[in-house]
Amino acid sequence: MLGLVFTGPWVLGFLVFAAYPVGVSFYYSLCDYNVFSAPRFIGMGNYVELFAEDPIYLRALWNTVYFMVFAIPLTMATALVLAMLLNLNVRGQAFYRTVFFLPSIVPIVASTVLWLWILNPDYGVANMFIRPVLNWLQSGCDAMRSGLLAVLGSLGLDPLRPIYESLGLESPFVPRYVFPPPPGWLRDPNWSKPGLILMSVWGVGHNMVLYLASLQEVPTELYEAAEIDGAGTWTKTRHVTLPMISPILFFTLVMGMIGTFQYFTQVFIMTDGGGGPADSTMFYALYLFNNAFIFFRMGYASAMAWVMFLLILICTALTFRTARGHVYYAGA
Amino acid sequence: MVRQKRSVRTTKSVMSHGTLATLSVIFMVPFAWLVVTSLKSESHMSSFPPEWMPRGEYVQLGPDRWAEVVRNEIVEYAPIEYDPEGKAKPRVALKSKVDLVDAWGTPLDREPTRIVESDKVVTRVRPTLRHYVKGAGAFGFKVFLQNTLFIAFVAVLGTVLSCSWVAFGFSILQWPGRDKLFYLMLSTLMLPGQVTMIPLFLIFKSLGWINTYLPLLVPAFLGNAFFIFLLRQFFLTIPRDLIDAARVDGCSSLRIYWQIVMPLSIPALATVALFTFLNSWNDFMGPLIYVVDEAKYTLSLGLAMFKGRFANRYGEMMAVSVLMTIPIIVLFFFTQKTFIQGIKTSGMKG
Repeated sequence: MLGLVFTGPWVLGFLVFAAYPVGVSFYYSLCDYNVFSAPRFIGMGNYVELFAEDPIYLRALWNTVYFMVFAIPLTMATALVLAMLLNLNVRGQAFYRTVFFLPSIVPIVASTVLWLWILNPDYGVANMFIRPVLNWLQSGCDAMRSGLLAVLGSLGLDPLRPIYESLGLESPFVPRYVFPPPPGWLRDPNWSKPGLILMSVWGVGHNMVLYLASLQEVPTELYEAAEIDGAGTWTKTRHVTLPMISPILFFTLVMGMIGTFQYFTQVFIMTDGGGGPADSTMFYALYLFNNAFIFFRMGYASAMAWVMFLLILICTALTFRTARGHVYYAGA
Repeated sequence: MVRQKRSVRTTKSVMSHGTLATLSVIFMVPFAWLVVTSLKSESHMSSFPPEWMPRGEYVQLGPDRWAEVVRNEIVEYAPIEYDPEGKAKPRVALKSKVDLVDAWGTPLDREPTRIVESDKVVTRVRPTLRHYVKGAGAFGFKVFLQNTLFIAFVAVLGTVLSCSWVAFGFSILQWPGRDKLFYLMLSTLMLPGQVTMIPLFLIFKSLGWINTYLPLLVPAFLGNAFFIFLLRQFFLTIPRDLIDAARVDGCSSLRIYWQIVMPLSIPALATVALFTFLNSWNDFMGPLIYVVDEAKYTLSLGLAMFKGRFANRYGEMMAVSVLMTIPIIVLFFFTQKTFIQGIKTSGMKG
């Protein structure tokens, strides 16, 4: 009885804010419901529409998968490299750790607005670094090409060159490679997702702290034993470090997948909710939100939420299955 | 132990230091860009190639007095000369009508607008605090800050009280069905918020809670599954003998909760409080769905809406971003241990 007095607030919260909404949400997902008139039961209609009649939904699903495939490995690898560097116990470790960690505590809205400005194709700082590199590569390429042409000319292999040049044409023997202009980031459908991925790499501090904590718990005896057996740095990393920290890698992988399905604030702010350009940043959670609160298609959005839940469960289960035998749990 | 030669070790340490230093510079570039932009004059905001120094247009008024030019209109031109071919030469400005402000963006007293010789207007490196003043004033920063702090403090209070109360029921007390209920609670952690989002919105709408903070605050008083789990794990580490001894001495459960368990759990409670505060400070979707009036916006929502309305006023946006980030960084430096410990024990998102 006393137990219920103490757990009562949660039980109440569970009934009102979880159990009831879950049931109702499932019912709505089978209905056509626009808030203004009563829900109308349409069976599996919403689910059929999602996969058969809604190209934007499929686009959102694709964008989400794209982000998962590139952003998660990249952020995990970056966090792991940073953690391993810090784990070398260099002097000033605390300073470096703070530097790498700080970006992850910047409020999301602030960091999003900042990155929008960093990724500005003309005036942003990202292209400020990329542009000179491209120019440098271009001039290097051009120099190599003219050198090659000079060699060809001196060997008499390019006798028609004066004719090309008088016509203002390039010599066809060595075509000139033109480097593309710097990325258009959020102005270019092909570069918008890489831009967002870059932003998420900046915020890896959180995972880095987790990895570092896990690395520091690897018993030194294991490394010593491996060294006696003649293992080098790579072998030690591959066969001691990675297996020992595999539980936390696995955990962050699963959390990363769940987080990608719910990726919302950044794209909402960057694209003013539009998911542009050309739907290239229309992510799952954003499309769901738009359906619910912009188009007032509550039933349709509920169906999307249930499919999301199912997909999260499937992804988690698949990861668990794949991880079995690869993840080492001490004492288990 | 295999001993490495001294030279090998030195090379290794130089290399790791070099890599770490390079990477930390890269990680710091966005911060630098944030601060520089917030101190830059608009006329240099979109210069190509981008500039790292906060430059602006200034007019010298005295030996060490400079006023920033915020409006610069050329009012008098040199007479247009024609060359024999009849092509107009570019006109050369002679005099400018300028609006002058001080470092805080306040118009210079008496005569903000004056006519000056055009060549008196010079470009110099000098940070301006104008965007901070504008950001804090016109943007409504003060109101939004108050709103955000109010929500955050109430949410922290509610979460700490309710979660510790419920966690007490799940750990210290023993009663039939406790563990089943606990596993039910854990299973709700799997549920993505999107599933309950729509029915919750409709519930709050029918209660007339739209455009109030109640949808953001009331749930905090009914516990959060994750924090309950965290506190329960902590409460279980409290020696059982201590609780039993208190019981023998006639302590009620309420007193055990308030006078034994709570004081012993300050570190865990601090973690819960800190992360609840951060969640409230960062929350965007909640206010976006439930808050309508601009006077009730939080900082996150206010900044996002400002961006939507004035997409190009980066100076003010960056200034507000700085103002919004500084408290979090200060908080981090004061609570570093709790911060890092909280992440480690739970792997939760900050």
